[in-house]
Amino acid sequence: MLDQVFVSLKHWLLGYSPAAIQPAVSILLTILPILLVFPVLFALTTVLERKGLGRIQNRYGPNRVGFYGILQPMADALKSLTKEDIVPASADHTVHFLAPLILLAVAFLPFAVLPIGRNMIAANLDAGVLFFFAIGAISELSVFMAGWSSRNKYSLLGAMRAVAQMISYEVPLLLSSIAVIMAAGSLSTVEIVNKQAGFSGIFPHWYVLTPWGFVGFVLFMIAATAETNRSPFDLPEGESEIIAGYYIEYSGFKFALFFLGEYLGMFAISGLGITLFLGGWGAPLPFLTWVPSWIWFFAKLLGLIIGFIWVRGTLPRLRMDQLMNFAWKFMLPMALVVVVSAGAWRFLPQGVTRWLVSTLLLAVAYGLLARGVESRNKIAKRTYRFAE
Amino acid sequence: MLGLGILKGLVETARNFLGSYIDKERLVTVQFPEERLPVAEAARNFPFLIYDGVDPEQGLRCVACQICEKECPPRCITIEKSKDKKPDFVGKQQFYPAVFDIDVSVCMSCQICVEVCPFDAIRMDNEFELSTTDRFGGLLWTKEKLARPNEHYEAIHPTEAAEVEARRAEEKAQADAKKQPSTVTQ
Amino acid sequence: MTQVAEDIMEISMGPQHPSTHGVFRMDVRLEGERVLRLKPVFGYLHRNHEKIAESASYLAAIPYTDRLDYLCSMTNNWGYTLAVEKLAGLAVPERAEYIRVIVAELTRLQNHAGMVGFLLQDMGASGTPLMYAFTQREKVLDLFEELSGARMMCNYMRFGGVRVDCSQQWLEATARLVGAFGGFLDEFEQLLTGNEILMARTQGVGVLPRELAINAGVTGPGLRASGVNYDLRKVDRYGVYERFQFRVPLGEHGDVFDRYMMRVLEMRESLKILEQALRDIPGGAIMDPKAKLRGLRPKVGEAYARIESPKGELGFYLISDGSPNPYRYRVRPPSLINLTVLEDMCLGQNIADVVVILGSIDIVMGEVDR
Repeated sequence: MLDQVFVSLKHWLLGYSPAAIQPAVSILLTILPILLVFPVLFALTTVLERKGLGRIQNRYGPNRVGFYGILQPMADALKSLTKEDIVPASADHTVHFLAPLILLAVAFLPFAVLPIGRNMIAANLDAGVLFFFAIGAISELSVFMAGWSSRNKYSLLGAMRAVAQMISYEVPLLLSSIAVIMAAGSLSTVEIVNKQAGFSGIFPHWYVLTPWGFVGFVLFMIAATAETNRSPFDLPEGESEIIAGYYIEYSGFKFALFFLGEYLGMFAISGLGITLFLGGWGAPLPFLTWVPSWIWFFAKLLGLIIGFIWVRGTLPRLRMDQLMNFAWKFMLPMALVVVVSAGAWRFLPQGVTRWLVSTLLLAVAYGLLARGVESRNKIAKRTYRFAE
Repeated sequence: MLGLGILKGLVETARNFLGSYIDKERLVTVQFPEERLPVAEAARNFPFLIYDGVDPEQGLRCVACQICEKECPPRCITIEKSKDKKPDFVGKQQFYPAVFDIDVSVCMSCQICVEVCPFDAIRMDNEFELSTTDRFGGLLWTKEKLARPNEHYEAIHPTEAAEVEARRAEEKAQADAKKQPSTVTQ
Repeated sequence: MTQVAEDIMEISMGPQHPSTHGVFRMDVRLEGERVLRLKPVFGYLHRNHEKIAESASYLAAIPYTDRLDYLCSMTNNWGYTLAVEKLAGLAVPERAEYIRVIVAELTRLQNHAGMVGFLLQDMGASGTPLMYAFTQREKVLDLFEELSGARMMCNYMRFGGVRVDCSQQWLEATARLVGAFGGFLDEFEQLLTGNEILMARTQGVGVLPRELAINAGVTGPGLRASGVNYDLRKVDRYGVYERFQFRVPLGEHGDVFDRYMMRVLEMRESLKILEQALRDIPGGAIMDPKAKLRGLRPKVGEAYARIESPKGELGFYLISDGSPNPYRYRVRPPSLINLTVLEDMCLGQNIADVVVILGSIDIVMGEVDR
């Protein structure tokens, strides 16, 4: 039916190709949708973000180009294509040219291990999650390449900050995923989704609905926001700071490629979050399983994107040292406690006990760590006196 | 609890997001130039000269007393008196301006010229879409460009115009009464 | 150029910058991320205001005072007319005094709302608090347009009173705005004041010690945030401020968060003053009958008048020699005097905090450079 329409389409098209090149055609037919769908989603997200931010700020977003502004990405693409490509004279031209390309290539690779629907995964690797994180780390290299090649001390500073931020936030990201891997017992993304496929009553078996899964999901999403340099962690690309970021010397289309890479990274990490915690392509309620699986995946992806936009519109930026302190002194211990709590959940028998133990571990850890954060940053509620 | 303030902030933003669809009060954007805001009655932009009747030359109220030229803070008004005189609305012979130029690129819309004019001859217009591509004189307005009929004044500032009319009618009545000697002394 | 050590970087946060509140330059010497020295460079907006006022008549200088602190034109007018009224010995009728208070407190509301919005914009909050604040500010500016004809360059006060009278509808519209403003402030505070990120970025940053504030001549919310109880509305009791019940908020740490909270609390106090003024405004004349519009020639003498403008103490010093133009006209700009402690507040802080500290002092370059 509708759920397997793309799989059937692919097999039908394969039937028309000669047997000799069938493997190549099969690969092509698998990759092509990824290369088409996600950039279109990127274009849609740029419009959605601007309109969403506009509505949050009580104004219209772009609404001149196309129906309700939907063709705005066309205008933006045209603008960035026709801009002059300026490369500084003293820049390292090869590295300068390669940086956005590497970012782009690396941004597309993680989509290979995300199960977008039932039987719809590009590469069913046994160590899918490991592959994802390995590839994700390469994108940090391209950020540093961009900052280094511009031969500009500000962009170098921005690049170093960005790399430091990304490396620090890899750790809570990985630790929260380890909790899920422990609970599922496998590194394969397809296995993890399958483990979350059942229902108890009307509640799905998603990991986000367990105490450790909920906290793990929150940590994962915070780390994901930091990984993709989105607000409130966007100091490396801060507009109102003096250092405008590692892509300060890029103009025109290469700038657009950086944005494409960043947003694709956002989709990839959200996709992994959905796979690990939100049950992948599974339906949330037992009577909704007739809706095709890939629609659920994209609906959840849209929900997470809306979450990103919402957080961006609300929160100011964190300073660099506060960012790093938050990663190492709050999120890392919290992620460790999540792993311990997941272990307790796995090995205690089903029932109220394991809920209580898990939640208690997490609550105590949160209380202690939160107090640490507040005292270190000297955050306190203040009262003011008045003179008559 | 750490994070509670952030959550409250997120709730507030969500309320504004949803409210901008539901509540007309929240989404205050006026999509210029398709929609326009109503202009306040007192709004002022650049001056204009009033003439009564239909002939801008004959009905111009300005008598070239040059008070506005003296009081204008950035000195953007240039006036040259005429050599001959013409009658004003009460019949007295008055000079009129041969040249009345306002350099609108200098004018700061302060309205002092309007306040000090004793003859209700210069008032503030509220038109603001005035850009021109002529950089060598497009913003130096001469008497012809500045003259507008009294009906225009009544249309844009009705309350003020009513007061001015009432006062001028009274002055005219007094002047007419002085011209006709009264029947009692006859 | 002196040789500087390896680690030290000199940067110039130049006149064109999204966060320097106008054309303002800061030459900063950094070691890593810490500020070693900061030199403010201004003068990019110098427009010869004082010299122009010496050659223009007293009346003609009023539109120029609008453009000093271009966000708060009404209070600038008031400071200047207060100085001339002292020189010329004019008395202001009661209704005009009430209107002046109403208009000045509305100015304070829109200035503080704008300041908080810009502070958060500098911190990277992608414009959301700015847009909320500006929606309210636009309502106040619409009121100003109905009253005086222009939104920002109002040119409203005259020697001996105000230029035009306000209608009953205007007073009712103002009362409606004041009624709705409290709700807006509650929403605004819910978004901002408890926000942990805001608190982490502003508490303990840019501390201005009490003694330094007094010695440097800092006035306005910056001084009160350091704990000094000095509000000219209470000290000088100019206008009819002594008839209103309002409190003066005081901070104790003198950091950016305290300066931000001063603005928010002062907005609430302004609402109280506005309610009382709108309730008690009498009828009557709006200009001193002795005042002449043109050709004002005050007696020989000098006068210094000061008001509590939203930025601090705005003072006008006039020396008259009997002619229609002042002999000496001097403005005491609060933004400039508050700016002199910028370096002391920024030493040892991160470079990312410099922008936040600058935003918290609340400067307007029109006033700094005149």
